[in-house]
Amino acid sequence: MVQPSTIDLTALEPILTRYRGRGRNALLPLLHDIQSVNGWLPREALQAVGETLRVPLSDIHGVVEFYSMFYNEPTARRVIRVCHDPACHMAGSPAVRLAIEERLGLKPGETSADGSVTYETVPCLGMCEHAPNALDGERPAGDLTPDDVDAFLAGTYPEPEPKIYGGPLVKLARAGKIDPSSLADFEKHGGYKALRKAMTMTPEEIITMMKGSDVLGRGGAMFPVGLKWEMTRNAPGRPDEKHIVANADESEPGTFKDRALMEQDPFSIIEAMTIAAYTVGAENGWIFLRGEYPRCYKRLKNAIEKAREAGYLGRNILGRRGFNFDVEIRLGAGAYICGEETALFEAIEGKRGFPRIKPPFPTTHGLFQQPTAINNIETLAATVAVLNMGVEQWHKLGTQGSPGTKWFCVSGRVLRPGVYEVPFGLTVRQLIQMAGGVVGKEIQAVLLGGAAGAFIGPRRLDTPLTYEDARAQGFPLGSGVIMVFDEAVDLREIMYMLARFFAHESCGKCYPCALGTQRQLEIMERMLGYGSLRADDIQTLHDVGLAMTQTSLCGLGQTASLAIRSAVDRWPELIDPGRGNGRVG
Amino acid sequence: MSNMVTLTIDGLPATVPVGTSILDAAASIGIDIPVVCYHPHLTANGLCRVCSVDVGRRLQAAACVTAVSEGMVVNTRTKDVDKARRTTLEMLASTIDLSEAPHILDLLVEYDADPDRFVGMERRESPVHDDNPFYLRDYNKCINCWRCVQVCAEDAQYTFALNFDGRGFHTFIGTFMGDGMPDTTCVFCGQCVAVCPTNALKPKREFLLEQGVNPDDIFRQTRRGGKRRRKAAEE
Repeated sequence: MVQPSTIDLTALEPILTRYRGRGRNALLPLLHDIQSVNGWLPREALQAVGETLRVPLSDIHGVVEFYSMFYNEPTARRVIRVCHDPACHMAGSPAVRLAIEERLGLKPGETSADGSVTYETVPCLGMCEHAPNALDGERPAGDLTPDDVDAFLAGTYPEPEPKIYGGPLVKLARAGKIDPSSLADFEKHGGYKALRKAMTMTPEEIITMMKGSDVLGRGGAMFPVGLKWEMTRNAPGRPDEKHIVANADESEPGTFKDRALMEQDPFSIIEAMTIAAYTVGAENGWIFLRGEYPRCYKRLKNAIEKAREAGYLGRNILGRRGFNFDVEIRLGAGAYICGEETALFEAIEGKRGFPRIKPPFPTTHGLFQQPTAINNIETLAATVAVLNMGVEQWHKLGTQGSPGTKWFCVSGRVLRPGVYEVPFGLTVRQLIQMAGGVVGKEIQAVLLGGAAGAFIGPRRLDTPLTYEDARAQGFPLGSGVIMVFDEAVDLREIMYMLARFFAHESCGKCYPCALGTQRQLEIMERMLGYGSLRADDIQTLHDVGLAMTQTSLCGLGQTASLAIRSAVDRWPELIDPGRGNGRVG
Repeated sequence: MSNMVTLTIDGLPATVPVGTSILDAAASIGIDIPVVCYHPHLTANGLCRVCSVDVGRRLQAAACVTAVSEGMVVNTRTKDVDKARRTTLEMLASTIDLSEAPHILDLLVEYDADPDRFVGMERRESPVHDDNPFYLRDYNKCINCWRCVQVCAEDAQYTFALNFDGRGFHTFIGTFMGDGMPDTTCVFCGQCVAVCPTNALKPKREFLLEQGVNPDDIFRQTRRGGKRRRKAAEE
C-alpha cells in the first residue's frame, strides 16, 4: 500500500493557503479539496488541515471517521460506487456489480494494486429512475446492464439526465427546456420574475402570501413555510446573524426529486433562497448538498457564480440598498443523517453530523446557534411558484387541505420511473398508471413515503395522496417516494435492505437507534435465512421498534422501524420461519 | 411573572424554577428516574434515553434534557416507558461488557431485562489499549456515554485528545488516527478516568493490583521517576 513517504505535502500547499485564516466551518470543503489530490487523507495532510483551520486533530479525525466518503486509509482518486439499494437491486444491480467486480478484479471496499481505482457498493445514489445506477468518480451512469460495464468503466457511457413527467409542471416548469448553465436562458423563461415581484412587496406581505398558500415543508416534516419564515424574521438578530439554508441532502432510498430541479434548473434555487433572504432578513445562504451529487454541485456552483456576477447575489441586490445576500455550497460526504436539520448545521460547522437536542429550534438557534430558516429544495421551489402564480391560482391545484403540486419519486417495477410533479389528490394507482403501470403481472406492494415510510398492499392503491389523507389514514407522504414491487419481488430482501440502510446511516449518538438499527438488521438477516429466525423475533422486532420510535433522539431513529414493522404487521407470513417465499397476496 | 413552574409527576405536584429538567424536578419530590449516560457535572446530551418518560405525547421525553413546563403531566413508569427502558438495557447488555458497571446491572434487574435476549448478536469489541503508565482503555466496556470526550474538551480540560472512531453501532471512542495516548494532546489529568461509569477507563495500578501484581512491581511499572532517574536509566 501507499506509504506516507510518497505523500507530497507541497502539492497541498496552494489549497491550504486558500483556506488559511478561515475557521472550522471550512473543514468539509477543505477535506474535499485535500482529498481530491491523493484520493485519501494521509496523516500528514490531516495535520496540515488542523494547523490551517486551528481545529484539534482528534476532532478532525472524528469528522473524517463519520463520513463514508472521506478516507484515512489509502484509497484511489477514482472511486466506483454502485448502488445496492432496493430500486437498483430490482433492476439488476447484482448482475452489474458482478460484471464490474470481474472486470476490475476487486471486491467491494478494495483498491486495485496499482492504486488507480477503488470499488464500493453504496446506499441509494438518488438516481432511481435510472436503476441500476453507479458513479464513476463524478460521472453518473444509469440503466446499466452487464453489457454496458465496459463502456461504463471506459468513461464512454452516456450520463443520464433526470426523467421528469406529470403536470402541470409549475415547480419544474423550466426543467429540460433551458440550458441549466445559462443565466440568460433562465431569465428568458421567467427566471428572477418572482424575486422582482417579491421586492415590490414587504416581507410581511410575502409571509402572509405564503401562509395563504398553505405551503408545507416538502422534505417530510410538513412544517408551514410561511410560519417558519415569520419566526426566523421575528427572532432577535441582525441580518448578518441570520441564515437561509437549503436542505439538498435527500438521501433516503428511493428519493431523487430534488436532484431533478438542481440539475435542470439550478438558478431557481438561488432565486428562491434570495426571496427567502429578503423575507426573513438574512444575509447568509447555504446549500447543503449530498456528496453523491457531484453534477448538482457543478451546476449549482456555476449558478451561484453567474448570479453573483449579474448582481443577483452580493451587496445591494438589484440595486436595493442594504439588501445583501450570498450563498455558499457545502458538499456532504456520505451521511444520510445530515439531512436532519440540526445534524446538517453541525456538518456545516465542521463537526460530526450528530443531531442536536430540540428545543431550541432552528428559527432561533440554528446554524452557529443563530436564527435560521432551513427549507427543503422542493419547498423553496413551491415558494417561487406561489409568487409567480399568485395564491388563487396555486389553490386551484390540488385539494383544499393540500393546495399546489407535489413531486413524487416513482420507482421500482413501473414502466416509466421518474419524478412526477402532479397536483395533490391523485391516488397511488393513478400515479402508477401515469408511470405506465407495473412491470410484471401485478402489483404486490408499494412502499410509500420512503425507507422511513410504510408498505401498502394492492387493496389500498386508491388512497389519495394528500396531507389530510396521510394524516387520517396514518401513512407518511415523507419525501414522496412511491416504490412499486411486482409479484416477483422477494419483499424480505427489500426489508433487509431498508434495515441495512438505517444501520449504516445511524449516527451512533443515542442508544435506541445505534443499538436498535443494528439489532433490527440482524433479525432481518436471520429472516433471510442467514441464521435461524427465533420464535420470539417478531415480538423482539416490535420491542426494538417501540424503543427506537418513542425514545430516539431524532427522526432517523424514530422512523427507522416503521416500514419494516408495517410489512410485518400486514403480512406476518413474511417473517414466519418455514413458510412462504417472501411474496404476499 | 413567576419564576416557578408547577407540574405533575406520577400524580404528585412539583413546583420548581423555570428551566429545571424533568429529571431534577422529579428528584426534588423524591422520584428517581434511572439514568445511564447522565452526569450531574457535565453537559447532558440525552444519549442513553433510559431516562425517557411519558409527557402525554406520541414521543417520550428524555428527562435529563427536557425542561419542565407549566401544567406538564409526567409519568415516569408507564407500560411503554418500562418497555423501552427494558429493551434499550437488553440491547446494551448484549453489546457491551457491563461486568464492572454495577449501576447498570442493577437497572437490568429492576426492569426485568433479559441480558440473553440478543445473545449471539454482534458485540462492540475492541482490543484493550495499554499505551501509557496511568490508565488502560478497554472499550469492550465502553457504553459511549461521551463523558471522557466531554471532560477532555469543553466540559473541563480543553485538551481535545479524545474523539470518535466510526459511526452508528460501530462507534468507538478514539484518538487521532488511533495514536497511543502519549502521542496525543493528553495531559494525563485523569478526569476521563474519574467520570467513566463502567471501568472502561481504569487506573493502571488498579488493573495491576487486580492481576495480582505486587505493589513494588506496580510502582516500578507505573512510575518513571524524576528527571535524574530517567537520565540515569538512559545512560
